[in-house]
Amino acid sequence: MASVSQTLRQPLVAGDKSPAEVTRDICAALDRRAGPGWWALFLPAFALLILGVAAVSYQIATGIGTWGLNRTVGWAFDITNFVFWIGIGHAGTLISAILFLLRQRWRTSVNRSAEAMTIFAVLCAGIFPVIHLGRPWLAYWMLPYPNARGSLWINFRSPLVWDFFAILTYFTISLVFWYVGLIPDLATIRDRTKPGFRRRVLEILSLGWDGSYRTWQRYETVYKLLAGLATPLVISVHTIVSWDFATSVIPGWHTTIFPPYFVAGAIFSGMAMVLTLMIVARKAMGLEDYITVGHIDKMAKVTLATSLMVGLAYITEFFTALYSGNQYEEFVFLNRALGPFAWSYWIMLACNVGIPQLFWFRKVRTNPALVFVISIFVNIGMWFERFVIIVTSLHRDYLPASWADYAPTSIELATLAGSFGLFFTCFLIFCRFVPVIAISEVKGVLSVGRHQAPGGHKAPALTQGAAEEASVAK
Amino acid sequence: MSRRTLVTVFEHEDDILGATRAIREAGFRIADVYAPYAVHGLDRAMGLQPSKLPWVCFVLGLVGAAFKVWFEFWTTAVDWPINVGGKPWNSLPAFVPVTFEVMVLFAGVSTVFAFLLVSRLWPGKRAALADPRVTDDRFILVIDQTDAAFDPVKVAELLERYRVVRVEEREESDEGGAA
Repeated sequence: MASVSQTLRQPLVAGDKSPAEVTRDICAALDRRAGPGWWALFLPAFALLILGVAAVSYQIATGIGTWGLNRTVGWAFDITNFVFWIGIGHAGTLISAILFLLRQRWRTSVNRSAEAMTIFAVLCAGIFPVIHLGRPWLAYWMLPYPNARGSLWINFRSPLVWDFFAILTYFTISLVFWYVGLIPDLATIRDRTKPGFRRRVLEILSLGWDGSYRTWQRYETVYKLLAGLATPLVISVHTIVSWDFATSVIPGWHTTIFPPYFVAGAIFSGMAMVLTLMIVARKAMGLEDYITVGHIDKMAKVTLATSLMVGLAYITEFFTALYSGNQYEEFVFLNRALGPFAWSYWIMLACNVGIPQLFWFRKVRTNPALVFVISIFVNIGMWFERFVIIVTSLHRDYLPASWADYAPTSIELATLAGSFGLFFTCFLIFCRFVPVIAISEVKGVLSVGRHQAPGGHKAPALTQGAAEEASVAK
Repeated sequence: MSRRTLVTVFEHEDDILGATRAIREAGFRIADVYAPYAVHGLDRAMGLQPSKLPWVCFVLGLVGAAFKVWFEFWTTAVDWPINVGGKPWNSLPAFVPVTFEVMVLFAGVSTVFAFLLVSRLWPGKRAALADPRVTDDRFILVIDQTDAAFDPVKVAELLERYRVVRVEEREESDEGGAA
């Protein structure tokens, strides 16, 4: 059986690697000192982070009057950024959990970095609701703790409370999932590190992993369970994010299509971000044999599929609004397409539905440079999607007397830039200190020692089952 | 209590699978098998029972969910009922999302803690490696020699058939990894 699938399928990892070569290749980036390329990326990212910290500190010290919000547009940049970042995170969970359950073994080369991306994106997302509180030092009021005000409990009927729990759970489970997957690899690095401070740290973090198969068996079980838990979790998280909007009575928000629309959009934007990061990382770190053009091709296909879902949602939403007979609903959508923010609506459509259609062509999907450019467009488009949903639904509300315009202030722009700074700073540090590819998982998909043994001797060309049978028979 | 073991090193996945199965079927006791990655089918070859961790996940998930439903009911309908938009005190459907999140949180985190507990992994534990290359590219089968059924000639023959790379006798003082 295995031999049939082997001749039919392209190998997942190029270059005919042995397990020792996998260890060496992936750890190579951790062993050498950071090159000029890394610093050239890290310093601007870190500068952006500092800019963001300064902007947020100024905003907290002064108050949210430093933003361009007004009494009509009460949510704008910060919530756009929040939804954007939380959406980015979802592709990581799709790759690590959903593709794992679907037995898509190509995911092994990209899941580690995609999960790291999830964690950093959720970190970025989590900042925005907190600073949006205006008094972030009271953020702990979101927790239901016994207090001296009654106890006055939080309102469990509010989607904002649901969101708080969803993000908290999502961050925790993503972190735990990522760490559990990391333990065997940390042990691998530990065993090739010379005694010293670095080794001591790795010894602590790898929890004394010794590769015992009894532990491996439990590890596999835990991994499967966490994947099973993370799959509905990731869907619930963005569903709840969409409920922040959908449970209100604002035309343009109050719609039942929001949960699937948001989940598809989240995976779409996240896949684009994975592509953006991976195409740079594979080149910069010399991992072309592991993150092959085949991987990029597959991820581009997922991007195309989710792009079509998002496009379908746009059309459905628009049609339903026009067909609803509700003049407010109709107005909001016509205003989106033709009103003062029409430019953002058409950017969204062009980047999310138009440009990804190029992925129908294999020539495009297998051209990393082109895929990189398209993925940047998708990132831009998905940021604008959230901007369109939030700002265009608010700025012209029921009463024309209260219609208002919105423009971000420099503080808001600096905060957005700062969140990108935080994200890339974290990701670049991750690339330096943690194996960006799951070493032990990649070894599992090499099929070393099955049927053709590269180490000198030739194993009989039996399938695994037959070899076992033969041994039993003797 | 000291125990004598035979540490045998293999290079290939097929060999460790075959050797493990053959050794177990011949009636020898396997102390443990060490591998750099999760070799599929090795649990069957070793005759391991499926892990009971899914039960931890299920029960703790249930406990988390039950606790959260009760807590939301108690805070919203009993301790200090507040009228929010005329909704009933006990707005059960509105409690579902947070209940789900807390269930996942309990189930996931407790499963990982249970895993670390039963596998005896903790921060700072010194790994006793059966072979320095076990986390890189070597597969190791550790056979218990103390067992009365141990037959060196037969074991040697079986190991030879599966292209054993190295065989080493060791004494170990406790039940942990082969030190």
